[in-house]
Amino acid sequence: MAGRPHLLSILTAPLLRENPVTLQILGLCSALAVTTSLATALTMSAALTVVVTLAAGIISVIRRHIPDAIRLIVQIVIIASLVIVIDQVLQAFFYEISRALSVYVALITTNCLVLGRTESFARSNPPIPAMTDALGNGLGYSLILVVIGAVRELFGQGTLLGVGVLPLAEEGGWFTPLGLMLLPPSGFFLLGGLVWAIRSVRTEQAEAAEFGPAAPTEAAE
Amino acid sequence: MSNLAALFLEASFVSNMPLTLFLGLCTFIALSRRPEAALGLGVAMTGVMGVTVPLNQAVYDLLLAPGAWAWAGLPDLDLYYLSLIAFIGVIAATVQLLELVLERYFPATHAAFGVFLPLLTVQCAILAGSLFMVERRYTLVESAVFGLGSGFGFAVAVVMLGAIRARLAYADLPAGLRGLGITFILAGLMSLGFASFALMAAQ
Repeated sequence: MAGRPHLLSILTAPLLRENPVTLQILGLCSALAVTTSLATALTMSAALTVVVTLAAGIISVIRRHIPDAIRLIVQIVIIASLVIVIDQVLQAFFYEISRALSVYVALITTNCLVLGRTESFARSNPPIPAMTDALGNGLGYSLILVVIGAVRELFGQGTLLGVGVLPLAEEGGWFTPLGLMLLPPSGFFLLGGLVWAIRSVRTEQAEAAEFGPAAPTEAAE
Repeated sequence: MSNLAALFLEASFVSNMPLTLFLGLCTFIALSRRPEAALGLGVAMTGVMGVTVPLNQAVYDLLLAPGAWAWAGLPDLDLYYLSLIAFIGVIAATVQLLELVLERYFPATHAAFGVFLPLLTVQCAILAGSLFMVERRYTLVESAVFGLGSGFGFAVAVVMLGAIRARLAYADLPAGLRGLGITFILAGLMSLGFASFALMAAQ
Protein backbone atom coordinates (compact mmCIF):
# COMPACT_ATOMS: atom_id res chain seq x y z
CA MET A 1 0.00 0.00 0.00
CA ALA A 2 1.49 3.30 -1.05
CA GLY A 3 1.08 6.23 1.32
CA ARG A 4 -1.52 6.12 4.09
CA PRO A 5 -4.95 5.38 2.70
CA HIS A 6 -7.91 6.90 4.46
CA LEU A 7 -9.26 4.75 7.29
CA LEU A 8 -12.81 5.01 6.02
CA SER A 9 -11.83 3.68 2.61
CA ILE A 10 -9.97 0.79 4.26
CA LEU A 11 -13.18 -0.01 6.12
CA THR A 12 -15.59 0.22 3.20
CA ALA A 13 -13.48 -1.21 0.37
CA PRO A 14 -14.02 -4.86 1.38
CA LEU A 15 -17.80 -4.48 1.63
CA LEU A 16 -18.58 -4.75 -2.08
CA ARG A 17 -15.63 -3.53 -4.13
CA GLU A 18 -13.13 -6.05 -2.77
CA ASN A 19 -15.46 -8.41 -1.01
CA PRO A 20 -13.45 -11.24 0.59
CA VAL A 21 -15.93 -13.95 -0.36
CA THR A 22 -17.04 -13.06 -3.86
CA LEU A 23 -13.81 -11.55 -5.18
CA GLN A 24 -10.89 -12.89 -3.17
CA ILE A 25 -12.32 -16.44 -2.76
CA LEU A 26 -11.56 -16.43 0.98
CA GLY A 27 -13.55 -18.06 3.75
CA LEU A 28 -15.92 -20.00 1.53
CA CYS A 29 -16.40 -23.11 3.65
CA SER A 30 -18.24 -21.52 6.50
CA ALA A 31 -20.01 -19.06 4.18
CA LEU A 32 -22.00 -21.93 2.74
CA ALA A 33 -22.16 -24.43 5.56
CA VAL A 34 -23.76 -22.28 8.27
CA THR A 35 -26.27 -20.37 6.15
CA THR A 36 -29.28 -22.69 6.40
CA SER A 37 -30.81 -20.19 8.84
CA LEU A 38 -30.31 -16.52 9.57
CA ALA A 39 -29.54 -17.04 13.26
CA THR A 40 -26.56 -19.34 12.65
CA ALA A 41 -25.32 -17.06 9.86
CA LEU A 42 -25.42 -14.04 12.21
CA THR A 43 -23.62 -15.90 15.01
CA MET A 44 -20.94 -17.12 12.66
CA SER A 45 -20.49 -13.62 11.20
CA ALA A 46 -20.10 -12.11 14.66
CA ALA A 47 -17.63 -14.80 15.77
CA LEU A 48 -15.52 -14.41 12.65
CA THR A 49 -15.52 -10.61 12.74
CA VAL A 50 -14.37 -10.62 16.38
CA VAL A 51 -11.62 -13.18 15.72
CA VAL A 52 -10.26 -11.49 12.61
CA THR A 53 -10.26 -8.02 14.19
CA LEU A 54 -8.53 -9.13 17.40
CA ALA A 55 -6.05 -11.35 15.54
CA ALA A 56 -5.14 -8.49 13.20
CA GLY A 57 -4.65 -6.17 16.18
CA ILE A 58 -2.44 -8.59 18.14
CA ILE A 59 -0.33 -9.60 15.15
CA SER A 60 0.06 -5.99 14.08
CA VAL A 61 1.30 -4.99 17.57
CA ILE A 62 3.97 -7.69 17.65
CA ARG A 63 4.70 -7.59 13.92
CA ARG A 64 8.31 -6.44 14.40
CA HIS A 65 9.09 -9.28 16.83
CA ILE A 66 7.83 -12.23 14.77
CA PRO A 67 10.69 -14.01 12.97
CA ASP A 68 9.86 -14.39 9.31
CA ALA A 69 10.57 -18.13 9.15
CA ILE A 70 7.98 -19.13 11.76
CA ARG A 71 5.41 -16.40 11.18
CA LEU A 72 2.70 -18.78 9.91
CA ILE A 73 2.91 -20.91 13.06
CA VAL A 74 2.84 -17.80 15.28
CA GLN A 75 -0.19 -16.44 13.45
CA ILE A 76 -2.06 -19.75 13.58
CA VAL A 77 -1.40 -20.15 17.31
CA ILE A 78 -2.73 -16.63 17.99
CA ILE A 79 -5.81 -17.25 15.85
CA ALA A 80 -6.41 -20.69 17.40
CA SER A 81 -6.26 -19.24 20.93
CA LEU A 82 -8.84 -16.59 20.02
CA VAL A 83 -11.08 -19.23 18.41
CA ILE A 84 -10.91 -21.41 21.54
CA VAL A 85 -12.07 -18.44 23.63
CA ILE A 86 -14.97 -17.69 21.24
CA ASP A 87 -15.92 -21.37 21.09
CA GLN A 88 -16.03 -21.65 24.89
CA VAL A 89 -18.08 -18.43 25.16
CA LEU A 90 -20.61 -19.74 22.62
CA GLN A 91 -20.85 -23.09 24.40
CA ALA A 92 -21.39 -21.35 27.73
CA PHE A 93 -23.99 -18.76 26.71
CA PHE A 94 -25.54 -19.87 23.39
CA TYR A 95 -25.48 -23.65 23.69
CA GLU A 96 -28.22 -24.35 21.12
CA ILE A 97 -26.60 -22.29 18.37
CA SER A 98 -23.19 -23.65 19.28
CA ARG A 99 -24.51 -27.18 18.70
CA ALA A 100 -26.00 -26.14 15.36
CA LEU A 101 -22.69 -24.65 14.24
CA SER A 102 -20.92 -27.91 15.20
CA VAL A 103 -17.27 -27.92 14.15
CA TYR A 104 -17.55 -24.83 11.99
CA VAL A 105 -16.70 -22.44 14.84
CA ALA A 106 -13.47 -24.32 15.49
CA LEU A 107 -12.80 -24.17 11.78
CA ILE A 108 -12.48 -20.38 11.91
CA THR A 109 -8.88 -21.27 12.81
CA THR A 110 -8.22 -22.44 9.29
CA ASN A 111 -10.56 -19.96 7.64
CA CYS A 112 -8.35 -18.54 4.92
CA LEU A 113 -10.02 -15.14 5.39
CA VAL A 114 -8.44 -14.68 8.83
CA LEU A 115 -4.99 -15.88 7.86
CA GLY A 116 -5.22 -14.03 4.55
CA ARG A 117 -5.84 -10.68 6.26
CA THR A 118 -3.18 -11.14 8.95
CA GLU A 119 -0.66 -12.33 6.38
CA SER A 120 -1.29 -9.73 3.70
CA PHE A 121 -2.25 -6.66 5.72
CA ALA A 122 -1.77 -6.81 9.49
CA ARG A 123 1.80 -8.08 9.20
CA SER A 124 2.97 -4.88 7.52
CA ASN A 125 0.69 -2.18 8.97
CA PRO A 126 0.22 -0.42 12.33
CA PRO A 127 -2.56 -1.68 14.63
CA ILE A 128 -5.29 0.90 13.87
CA PRO A 129 -5.38 0.46 10.06
CA ALA A 130 -4.86 -3.29 10.50
CA MET A 131 -7.88 -3.62 12.77
CA THR A 132 -9.95 -1.36 10.50
CA ASP A 133 -9.08 -3.50 7.51
CA ALA A 134 -9.92 -6.68 9.42
CA LEU A 135 -13.23 -5.21 10.62
CA GLY A 136 -14.11 -4.21 7.06
CA ASN A 137 -13.35 -7.68 5.77
CA GLY A 138 -15.30 -9.26 8.61
CA LEU A 139 -18.29 -7.07 7.71
CA GLY A 140 -17.95 -7.86 4.01
CA TYR A 141 -18.00 -11.56 4.89
CA SER A 142 -20.98 -11.02 7.20
CA LEU A 143 -22.89 -9.23 4.43
CA ILE A 144 -22.66 -12.24 2.11
CA LEU A 145 -23.52 -14.67 4.93
CA VAL A 146 -26.56 -12.69 6.02
CA VAL A 147 -27.89 -12.35 2.47
CA ILE A 148 -27.52 -16.07 1.73
CA GLY A 149 -28.78 -17.06 5.18
CA ALA A 150 -31.86 -14.86 4.84
CA VAL A 151 -32.73 -16.20 1.37
CA ARG A 152 -32.23 -19.82 2.39
CA GLU A 153 -34.28 -19.52 5.59
CA LEU A 154 -37.04 -17.45 3.95
CA PHE A 155 -37.60 -19.82 1.02
CA GLY A 156 -36.60 -23.02 2.79
CA GLN A 157 -38.81 -22.62 5.86
CA GLY A 158 -40.84 -19.46 5.27
CA THR A 159 -39.37 -17.84 8.38
CA LEU A 160 -36.79 -15.22 9.29
CA LEU A 161 -34.93 -15.67 12.60
CA GLY A 162 -37.52 -18.33 13.45
CA VAL A 163 -40.47 -15.93 13.03
CA GLY A 164 -43.00 -16.88 10.35
CA VAL A 165 -42.97 -14.43 7.41
CA LEU A 166 -44.56 -16.36 4.57
CA PRO A 167 -47.78 -18.20 5.55
CA LEU A 168 -47.12 -21.93 5.16
CA ALA A 169 -49.44 -24.08 3.04
CA GLU A 170 -49.96 -26.66 5.79
CA GLU A 171 -51.14 -23.92 8.12
CA GLY A 172 -53.66 -22.52 5.66
CA GLY A 173 -51.36 -20.09 3.84
CA TRP A 174 -50.12 -20.23 0.27
CA PHE A 175 -46.38 -20.89 0.65
CA THR A 176 -44.90 -24.37 0.20
CA PRO A 177 -41.35 -24.50 1.62
CA LEU A 178 -38.66 -25.35 -0.90
CA GLY A 179 -36.77 -28.21 0.73
CA LEU A 180 -33.92 -27.82 -1.74
CA MET A 181 -33.03 -24.46 -0.19
CA LEU A 182 -31.91 -26.24 2.97
CA LEU A 183 -29.73 -28.75 1.08
CA PRO A 184 -26.09 -28.13 0.11
CA PRO A 185 -26.59 -27.55 -3.67
CA SER A 186 -28.69 -24.42 -3.20
CA GLY A 187 -25.85 -22.81 -1.24
CA PHE A 188 -23.61 -23.15 -4.27
CA PHE A 189 -26.32 -21.92 -6.66
CA LEU A 190 -27.10 -18.86 -4.52
CA LEU A 191 -23.46 -17.88 -4.13
CA GLY A 192 -22.91 -18.38 -7.86
CA GLY A 193 -25.91 -16.16 -8.60
CA LEU A 194 -24.72 -13.55 -6.11
CA VAL A 195 -21.27 -13.44 -7.71
CA TRP A 196 -22.95 -13.05 -11.10
CA ALA A 197 -25.14 -10.21 -9.82
CA ILE A 198 -22.24 -8.32 -8.21
CA ARG A 199 -20.06 -8.71 -11.27
CA SER A 200 -22.82 -7.58 -13.62
CA VAL A 201 -23.07 -4.33 -11.71
CA ARG A 202 -19.33 -3.92 -11.17
CA THR A 203 -18.09 -5.14 -14.52
CA GLU A 204 -14.43 -4.46 -13.67
CA GLN A 205 -14.52 -7.57 -11.46
CA ALA A 206 -15.45 -9.91 -14.32
CA GLU A 207 -12.72 -12.35 -15.26
CA ALA A 208 -11.26 -12.31 -18.75
CA ALA A 209 -12.40 -15.05 -21.10
CA GLU A 210 -9.90 -17.86 -21.34
CA PHE A 211 -10.14 -19.28 -24.83
CA GLY A 212 -7.87 -22.20 -25.54
CA PRO A 213 -7.40 -24.91 -22.90
CA ALA A 214 -3.60 -24.95 -22.94
CA ALA A 215 -3.07 -21.34 -21.91
CA PRO A 216 -1.58 -21.49 -18.39
CA THR A 217 -3.45 -19.10 -16.14
CA GLU A 218 -2.55 -17.87 -12.68
CA ALA A 219 -4.45 -19.38 -9.77
CA ALA A 220 -7.15 -17.00 -8.63
CA GLU A 221 -5.53 -16.23 -5.30
CA MET B 1 -14.40 -55.49 7.92
CA SER B 2 -17.60 -54.59 6.07
CA ASN B 3 -18.12 -51.85 8.64
CA LEU B 4 -14.82 -50.29 7.64
CA ALA B 5 -15.70 -50.51 3.94
CA ALA B 6 -19.01 -48.82 4.67
CA LEU B 7 -17.20 -46.11 6.62
CA PHE B 8 -14.83 -45.52 3.69
CA LEU B 9 -17.69 -45.17 1.20
CA GLU B 10 -19.68 -43.01 3.58
CA ALA B 11 -16.71 -40.68 4.13
CA SER B 12 -15.82 -40.40 0.46
CA PHE B 13 -19.23 -40.18 -1.20
CA VAL B 14 -22.17 -39.72 1.15
CA SER B 15 -20.63 -36.97 3.26
CA ASN B 16 -18.22 -35.75 0.62
CA MET B 17 -16.00 -33.04 2.11
CA PRO B 18 -16.32 -30.21 -0.43
CA LEU B 19 -19.70 -30.99 -1.98
CA THR B 20 -21.95 -31.88 0.95
CA LEU B 21 -20.09 -30.49 3.97
CA PHE B 22 -18.61 -27.40 2.25
CA LEU B 23 -15.16 -28.11 3.66
CA GLY B 24 -11.92 -27.17 1.95
CA LEU B 25 -13.77 -25.06 -0.59
CA CYS B 26 -11.12 -22.38 -0.95
CA THR B 27 -8.53 -24.73 -2.44
CA PHE B 28 -11.30 -26.74 -4.12
CA ILE B 29 -12.32 -23.70 -6.16
CA ALA B 30 -8.95 -21.99 -6.52
CA LEU B 31 -6.87 -24.99 -7.63
CA SER B 32 -9.36 -26.76 -9.93
CA ARG B 33 -8.62 -24.67 -13.00
CA ARG B 34 -6.53 -27.40 -14.59
CA PRO B 35 -7.05 -31.15 -14.15
CA GLU B 36 -3.32 -31.82 -13.49
CA ALA B 37 -3.20 -29.35 -10.61
CA ALA B 38 -6.44 -30.82 -9.28
CA LEU B 39 -4.97 -34.33 -9.37
CA GLY B 40 -1.87 -33.19 -7.45
CA LEU B 41 -4.03 -31.55 -4.81
CA GLY B 42 -6.23 -34.64 -4.54
CA VAL B 43 -3.27 -37.00 -4.02
CA ALA B 44 -1.69 -34.69 -1.44
CA MET B 45 -5.02 -34.39 0.42
CA THR B 46 -5.50 -38.17 0.56
CA GLY B 47 -1.97 -38.69 1.90
CA VAL B 48 -2.13 -35.96 4.51
CA MET B 49 -5.59 -36.88 5.76
CA GLY B 50 -4.74 -40.58 5.90
CA VAL B 51 -1.83 -39.72 8.23
CA THR B 52 -3.11 -36.82 10.34
CA VAL B 53 -6.54 -38.16 11.36
CA PRO B 54 -5.22 -41.37 13.04
CA LEU B 55 -2.25 -39.42 14.47
CA ASN B 56 -4.60 -36.88 16.02
CA GLN B 57 -6.77 -39.72 17.29
CA ALA B 58 -3.74 -41.08 19.16
CA VAL B 59 -2.84 -37.62 20.49
CA TYR B 60 -6.40 -37.04 21.65
CA ASP B 61 -6.78 -40.46 23.24
CA LEU B 62 -3.42 -40.49 25.04
CA LEU B 63 -3.05 -36.86 26.06
CA LEU B 64 -6.21 -34.77 25.78
CA ALA B 65 -9.32 -36.86 26.48
CA PRO B 66 -10.95 -36.48 29.91
CA GLY B 67 -9.18 -38.88 32.26
CA ALA B 68 -6.24 -39.51 29.93
CA TRP B 69 -3.82 -38.54 32.69
CA ALA B 70 -5.36 -40.90 35.25
CA TRP B 71 -2.15 -43.00 35.32
CA ALA B 72 -0.26 -39.93 36.52
CA GLY B 73 -2.67 -39.43 39.41
CA LEU B 74 -4.70 -36.70 37.68
CA PRO B 75 -8.03 -38.39 36.85
CA ASP B 76 -9.94 -35.09 36.74
CA LEU B 77 -7.67 -33.37 34.25
CA ASP B 78 -9.60 -32.53 31.07
CA LEU B 79 -7.46 -30.97 28.36
CA TYR B 80 -10.20 -31.10 25.74
CA TYR B 81 -10.01 -27.36 25.16
CA LEU B 82 -6.42 -27.69 23.96
CA SER B 83 -7.34 -30.07 21.14
CA LEU B 84 -7.63 -27.35 18.51
CA ILE B 85 -4.05 -26.12 19.00
CA ALA B 86 -2.73 -29.68 19.34
CA PHE B 87 -4.41 -30.79 16.09
CA ILE B 88 -3.14 -27.79 14.15
CA GLY B 89 0.37 -28.46 15.47
CA VAL B 90 0.23 -32.11 14.42
CA ILE B 91 -1.09 -31.17 10.97
CA ALA B 92 1.57 -28.49 10.43
CA ALA B 93 4.32 -30.87 11.56
CA THR B 94 3.03 -33.71 9.36
CA VAL B 95 2.82 -31.50 6.30
CA GLN B 96 6.34 -30.19 6.93
CA LEU B 97 7.69 -33.73 7.46
CA LEU B 98 5.95 -35.03 4.35
CA GLU B 99 7.49 -32.23 2.35
CA LEU B 100 11.00 -33.00 3.65
CA VAL B 101 10.66 -36.74 2.94
CA LEU B 102 9.27 -36.17 -0.55
CA GLU B 103 11.97 -33.64 -1.36
CA ARG B 104 14.72 -36.01 -0.22
CA TYR B 105 13.52 -39.34 -1.64
CA PHE B 106 10.90 -38.61 -4.32
CA PRO B 107 11.99 -35.35 -5.96
CA ALA B 108 9.78 -35.94 -9.02
CA THR B 109 6.64 -36.32 -6.91
CA HIS B 110 7.67 -33.34 -4.85
CA ALA B 111 8.04 -31.20 -7.94
CA ALA B 112 4.63 -32.39 -9.16
CA PHE B 113 2.63 -31.21 -6.16
CA GLY B 114 5.15 -29.51 -3.91
CA VAL B 115 3.41 -26.15 -4.24
CA PHE B 116 0.21 -27.45 -2.68
CA LEU B 117 1.74 -29.08 0.37
CA PRO B 118 2.34 -25.96 2.52
CA LEU B 119 -1.17 -24.77 1.67
CA LEU B 120 -2.62 -27.89 3.24
CA THR B 121 -1.70 -26.69 6.75
CA VAL B 122 -4.57 -24.25 6.61
CA GLN B 123 -6.95 -26.53 4.72
CA CYS B 124 -10.16 -26.66 6.68
CA ALA B 125 -11.11 -30.13 5.43
CA ILE B 126 -8.02 -31.61 7.08
CA LEU B 127 -8.67 -29.99 10.46
CA ALA B 128 -12.35 -30.88 10.14
CA GLY B 129 -11.42 -34.53 9.64
CA SER B 130 -9.74 -34.53 13.06
CA LEU B 131 -12.59 -32.61 14.70
CA PHE B 132 -15.21 -35.00 13.31
CA MET B 133 -13.06 -37.89 14.53
CA VAL B 134 -13.40 -36.56 18.10
CA GLU B 135 -17.09 -35.74 17.75
CA ARG B 136 -17.90 -39.24 16.45
CA ARG B 137 -15.49 -41.09 18.78
CA TYR B 138 -13.71 -43.15 16.11
CA THR B 139 -11.10 -45.73 17.14
CA LEU B 140 -7.58 -45.65 15.68
CA VAL B 141 -8.38 -48.02 12.78
CA GLU B 142 -11.68 -46.30 12.05
CA SER B 143 -10.05 -42.89 11.98
CA ALA B 144 -7.40 -44.11 9.52
CA VAL B 145 -10.14 -45.42 7.22
CA PHE B 146 -12.19 -42.24 7.70
CA GLY B 147 -9.18 -40.03 6.89
CA LEU B 148 -8.31 -41.99 3.75
CA GLY B 149 -11.94 -42.05 2.63
CA SER B 150 -12.43 -38.32 3.11
CA GLY B 151 -9.21 -37.55 1.25
CA PHE B 152 -10.22 -39.89 -1.58
CA GLY B 153 -13.65 -38.28 -1.85
CA PHE B 154 -12.05 -34.85 -2.02
CA ALA B 155 -9.66 -36.06 -4.75
CA VAL B 156 -12.51 -37.51 -6.84
CA ALA B 157 -14.56 -34.32 -6.55
CA VAL B 158 -11.70 -31.92 -7.32
CA VAL B 159 -10.48 -33.91 -10.34
CA MET B 160 -14.03 -34.02 -11.74
CA LEU B 161 -14.46 -30.28 -11.26
CA GLY B 162 -11.04 -29.64 -12.85
CA ALA B 163 -12.01 -31.72 -15.89
CA ILE B 164 -15.34 -29.91 -16.30
CA ARG B 165 -13.69 -26.49 -15.98
CA ALA B 166 -11.10 -27.40 -18.61
CA ARG B 167 -13.96 -28.16 -21.04
CA LEU B 168 -15.59 -24.86 -20.17
CA ALA B 169 -12.67 -22.96 -21.69
CA TYR B 170 -14.56 -23.25 -24.99
CA ALA B 171 -17.88 -22.03 -23.65
CA ASP B 172 -19.06 -18.48 -24.32
CA LEU B 173 -20.36 -17.41 -20.92
CA PRO B 174 -21.87 -14.06 -19.86
CA ALA B 175 -19.04 -11.83 -18.63
CA GLY B 176 -20.15 -11.74 -15.00
CA LEU B 177 -20.46 -15.50 -14.76
CA ARG B 178 -16.95 -16.35 -16.00
CA GLY B 179 -14.55 -17.95 -13.57
CA LEU B 180 -15.89 -17.91 -10.04
CA GLY B 181 -19.62 -17.65 -10.76
CA ILE B 182 -19.90 -20.61 -13.11
CA THR B 183 -17.64 -22.67 -10.84
CA PHE B 184 -20.09 -22.30 -7.97
CA ILE B 185 -22.97 -23.32 -10.20
CA LEU B 186 -20.99 -26.34 -11.45
CA ALA B 187 -20.20 -27.30 -7.87
CA GLY B 188 -23.91 -26.97 -7.08
CA LEU B 189 -24.81 -29.35 -9.91
CA MET B 190 -22.14 -31.84 -8.77
CA SER B 191 -23.47 -31.48 -5.25
CA LEU B 192 -26.95 -32.44 -6.51
CA GLY B 193 -25.36 -35.58 -7.97
CA PHE B 194 -23.65 -36.43 -4.70
CA ALA B 195 -26.92 -35.84 -2.85
CA SER B 196 -28.24 -38.95 -4.61
CA PHE B 197 -25.57 -41.00 -2.80
CA ALA B 198 -27.17 -39.89 0.45
CA LEU B 199 -30.51 -41.26 -0.77
CA MET B 200 -28.88 -44.57 -1.72
CA ALA B 201 -27.31 -44.78 1.73
CA ALA B 202 -30.67 -44.13 3.38
CA GLN B 203 -32.32 -47.09 1.63
